[in-house]
Amino acid sequence: MIILFYLFSAILLAFALGTVISTNLIHSALLMMGSFFAVAGLYLLLQADYLAMVQILVYVGAIAILLVFGVMLTRKGSIEESNLPNRYKTIGLVTALGLFGLLARSITYTRFPSPPLESPPQNIIAIAQAFLLQYIVAFEALGILLLIAILGAILIGKEPK
Amino acid sequence: MTQFLFNFLALLHITGIIADVIVILCYFVFILLFIIINVMFIVWLERRMSAFFQERLGPNRVGPFGLLQSVVDAVKLLGKEVIRPTATDKWVFLLAPAICFVPALLLYPILPFGKGLVLVNLNIGLLYFVAISSTTTISIIMAGWGSNNKYSLLGGMRTVAQMISYEIPLIFSMIGIIMLVGSLNLVDIVNAQARLWFIHVQPLAFMIFLIASIAELNRAPFDLPEAEQELVAGYHTEYSGMQFAFFYLAEYANLFSLSILGVTLFLGGYQGPFFPSWIWFIGKVYAMIMVYMWIRWTLPRIRMDKMMKLNWKFLIPLSLFNILATGFMIKAWPTIQQWMR
Repeated sequence: MIILFYLFSAILLAFALGTVISTNLIHSALLMMGSFFAVAGLYLLLQADYLAMVQILVYVGAIAILLVFGVMLTRKGSIEESNLPNRYKTIGLVTALGLFGLLARSITYTRFPSPPLESPPQNIIAIAQAFLLQYIVAFEALGILLLIAILGAILIGKEPK
Repeated sequence: MTQFLFNFLALLHITGIIADVIVILCYFVFILLFIIINVMFIVWLERRMSAFFQERLGPNRVGPFGLLQSVVDAVKLLGKEVIRPTATDKWVFLLAPAICFVPALLLYPILPFGKGLVLVNLNIGLLYFVAISSTTTISIIMAGWGSNNKYSLLGGMRTVAQMISYEIPLIFSMIGIIMLVGSLNLVDIVNAQARLWFIHVQPLAFMIFLIASIAELNRAPFDLPEAEQELVAGYHTEYSGMQFAFFYLAEYANLFSLSILGVTLFLGGYQGPFFPSWIWFIGKVYAMIMVYMWIRWTLPRIRMDKMMKLNWKFLIPLSLFNILATGFMIKAWPTIQQWMR
């Protein structure tokens, strides 16, 4: 298990680094799909099989594909130099190091009081009961919010007559 | 079968992680052989069927009834030179055919081939199938982009637009069955159909599944991604030799696995009287494949905008209605039964 964790983490970091370094926007997007797969692998190690499948279905199957699609349709000029690093190197370094320090400190200082939970064998049933019985109002509200977002996107995207 | 393999390895004093690896390799070889043999047969069947529909003879020279024609073609493709045009995006172009075959291969372990004949009995089997098959689009977008050719790019874009939109009614048509069974496990779904196949309770969902799966497989009348008259051959225009063969193999492997899923969900899977379960299974799957071929060689291609309209304005509302009706019937059925008495 621990070997697999380090394996997936290494793959994830490699793909994420490639996404940032590559100067070709399409290559970046494709490498990002690889990192999504590695995240799904990490979910599987946490026994969250439902979450892993949804990760692949939503992030790889829909969001990343739409991203590549958008890039292909809207990009002008040379694709080889479409994802260049920007000029603010010092500010970027400071921000990144500061954020890393903050996160690392908060993780190491948090005491995780409960022992690791054993997940139920069919965690999809537990998720369904939580969504559709316990938190039904929040779930429905989220659905309406997403609907409004879709309608808003169509309204903005539509050409004025 | 898994237990048999483990016992056999234990006889040879191989246990632990090495035995696991050997068993997984056996699965891999088994699935690969299964796919290749069936795909070769399906390709032969498709050529003979298309010839039948068009009043031709079709391949009938190599072997009995021309059965060995696909084998000869495969050997020919293996021997052909692999050509890479200079202006292509090298790694994207070279990796696309390999990546195309990965999801096609990953789908098979969870499918129930017969009573007790399932390699991995997964709790969330149906969700796994949907998730893995949705990643097929990656390789097509890679092939279309990497070829650096306007026809390939247009074909790739059409494929992705089509596959993403038709995935929605395809998944929605399965939800009614999940509601009836209360499980995502494919073996549970098959066992629930022991007395009544789900095509009888979900006829609308079956029609939606059939239409959406034809679009997912890029077959006529939804073969716009490869429309020869407009796009040469769509996303695999620039590929030759073995790379082309990989796309071809993946396409027919997907046809086979979606037919298996259709049989598992709607036609009672491997259930049936008298004969062993795997004979029923193979018979039903090939009947389903014949229906796909029948549709492909009978109907002409429809226009892009009409295809999109059919999906968004007709199939998706219909599948949503089906979910609603199924939910209503599940709640109302006990009361109706009481009235009937």
